[in-house]
Amino acid sequence: MPDQLLFGTEVFLNGLMAGVLYALVALGFVLIYKASGIFNYAQGVMALFAALTLVGIMDGQVPFAHLINAVFGTEVHHFGWNIPSFLAIILTMGVMVALAWIVQQLIFRHLVNQEPIILFMATIGLAYFMEGFGDIMWGSDIKKLDVGIPQGMNALIDEVTYGAFGYGFFIDNLDIVAAVIATILVILLVLFSQYTKQGRAMRAVADDHQAALSVGISLNFIWVMVWSVAGFVALVAGIMWGAKSGVQFSLSLIALKALPVLMLGGFTSIPGAIVGGLIIGVGEKMFEFLIGPMVGGATENWFAYVLALLFLVFRPQGLFGEKIIERV
Amino acid sequence: MLDAGPTDETLLEVNNIEVIYNHVILVLKGVSLKVPKGGITALLGGNGAGKTTTLKAISNLLHSERGEVTKGSINYRGERVQDLNPAELVKKGVIQVMEGRHCFEHLTVEENLLTGSYTRGASRGDIDADLNMVYDYFPRLKERRRSQAGYTSGGEQQMVAIGRAIMSKPETILLDEPSMGLAPQLVEEIFNIVKGLNEKEGVTFLLAEQNTNVALRFAHYGYILESGRVVMDGPAKDLRENPDVKEFYLGMSDEGRKSFREVRSYRRRKRWLS
Repeated sequence: MPDQLLFGTEVFLNGLMAGVLYALVALGFVLIYKASGIFNYAQGVMALFAALTLVGIMDGQVPFAHLINAVFGTEVHHFGWNIPSFLAIILTMGVMVALAWIVQQLIFRHLVNQEPIILFMATIGLAYFMEGFGDIMWGSDIKKLDVGIPQGMNALIDEVTYGAFGYGFFIDNLDIVAAVIATILVILLVLFSQYTKQGRAMRAVADDHQAALSVGISLNFIWVMVWSVAGFVALVAGIMWGAKSGVQFSLSLIALKALPVLMLGGFTSIPGAIVGGLIIGVGEKMFEFLIGPMVGGATENWFAYVLALLFLVFRPQGLFGEKIIERV
Repeated sequence: MLDAGPTDETLLEVNNIEVIYNHVILVLKGVSLKVPKGGITALLGGNGAGKTTTLKAISNLLHSERGEVTKGSINYRGERVQDLNPAELVKKGVIQVMEGRHCFEHLTVEENLLTGSYTRGASRGDIDADLNMVYDYFPRLKERRRSQAGYTSGGEQQMVAIGRAIMSKPETILLDEPSMGLAPQLVEEIFNIVKGLNEKEGVTFLLAEQNTNVALRFAHYGYILESGRVVMDGPAKDLRENPDVKEFYLGMSDEGRKSFREVRSYRRRKRWLS
C-alpha cells in the first residue's frame, strides 16, 4: 500500500477512537433528553465533576480543603490515604446518584410541565453551579487521573501492521479500552431499556409523561434513575478524557463537541449518539488530513459544527432521530 | 363471577370539590358525586364542563398540570385520597384511562400493556395470565401485539389504553371519553367491552363522556356537569327520559327544534336556578 493510504488508514482508526469519546458524552445527553425532554447542558460538567470526585477520592483529598483552611486557618489537604481505583469508582458512582437525586429534588421537581426552554435554562444554571462547586470542593489545579488503564502505543497492533505493510499503526491502548468499554456500556443500556421493567418504564416516560403517571409510574423515580445512569455515563467519559488529557476544567467544554454529534445522530437515539460520535471523530480527523493542508489546517475546530449545520438544513431529526409518528 | 349492577357500597365519594389551575383559573366550582361499587357511573356534559378535570382530580393527575384541589374532599373506601400521588392510587385500585388514548407510541402493543402492571409485584406467570385475559377481551390486540402502538388505529389505541389499565388489576377505572374520534360501530364495540368488564370482572367505572346517548345506555347512573358544577343527576334510565336532557344532550324535543338562541338563554336561566 502506498504510504499516503496507510497513513490515512491510521488517521481513520484514530478518528474512530476519538469518536468513541464524543459518543460517550453524547450518550449522556440522549438518555436525559429522551426520558425527560430536558436538554442537559450540564452533561459535560457532570463528566468533569465525576472525574474530579474520582481523583479526589482516590488521592484522599479533603473536600473543600481551601475553604476550610481559609475559614479556620488550618492546613488540611489530604486524609493521607489512597483508595484503590475500583472502590473509588464505586464511591464516585454513589456521589453521582446522590447528585441525580438532589438535582431532581431541588430543581426539576418544581419545574414539572414547564416549557423546554425553562428546563434548559435550569440546566445552564446547574452547569455553572457544578463547575464552581467542583472548584471549591476539589480545587482548580490540573490533576492526573490514573485508574490503571494501560496507556501508550499498542505494541501488538504496531507489530502486526508493521509486518504486513511495513508501516506500524500507532493506536493508543487507552483508546482501545475506551472503545471496548463504550461498546459494553451501550450493550448494557440497550438490554436495560429493552428487556427490564424499569427500562420499559423509562421508555414509557419518554413517550408520554402523563400516561406514564396515569399507570402509576413515578416520574420522580424514573428521572432520578435516568440522571443516575447519565451520571454513570458521565463518569465513564470523565475517566477516559481524564486519563487522556488530565482532569482539568476545560473538560466541560467537550460537551460542546457533543452538540454536533447529537445533531448528526438525532437527540433521541442511543445508536445515533454512537454513530454520530464516530462520524464526527473520523470526519474531523480525515478532513484535517485531506483538506486541512490546503486551507492552512486547524479544521478540527470547526469541521464538526459545519457538518452539524448541514444536517440541520437537510435532515433536522438527524440520522437516527425518532420520526414523529403521524397517522393520517 | 359477580352480579351485574351497582351495589349499595360507595367506593368513591367526591364532596364539593373546587379545582384551580395555575393558582388562578377556577375550573370546578363544587362538584359532588358518588360512585357505587360494581356500577358504571357516567359523568356527562359538553366541552369544558369539567369532566376531565373531575377525573384528574380523583386520580391526582392534576398536580402535574399545575392544578390543585382547593376545597372539598375526595374519599375512596372512606379514606381521604386527594394527597396521594397517582402511583399510590393505582396501588389502591384506582386507575385513569386518559382522554385521547395516550398510548406509548414507540412501545409495542404488548409493551404498552405490560407497563400497566408496573405497580404490581406480580410474578411473570400472573402477568402472562392477565395479558391473556386482556387479549380475550380485545382479540384485535393479540394480532397486533408486536406492532408499535403509534401505528395502530384509533380504536386499537383506545383498546390498548383500556387494556393497559386492566393490567393493573384495578377495582375502579376512571374512563375519560372513550368514544372520542371513533366510528359509531367502534364506540359500540368499546362500550360493550366496558360492560363486559363491569359484569364479568366486577370493575367499577366512572365514565366521562360527551356522547350522552351511548353513555346513558350503558351506565347505571349519571351526573350532568355544566361549567364546573353538577346540574343534574339520577339513574341513567330517568335521565334518558328527562325532557331537558333529551333536548340539550340527546338532541330530541317534543316541540320540534328550538332556535339556538332560545336554547342558550334557557340554559343560562336554568343554570342560575340550579
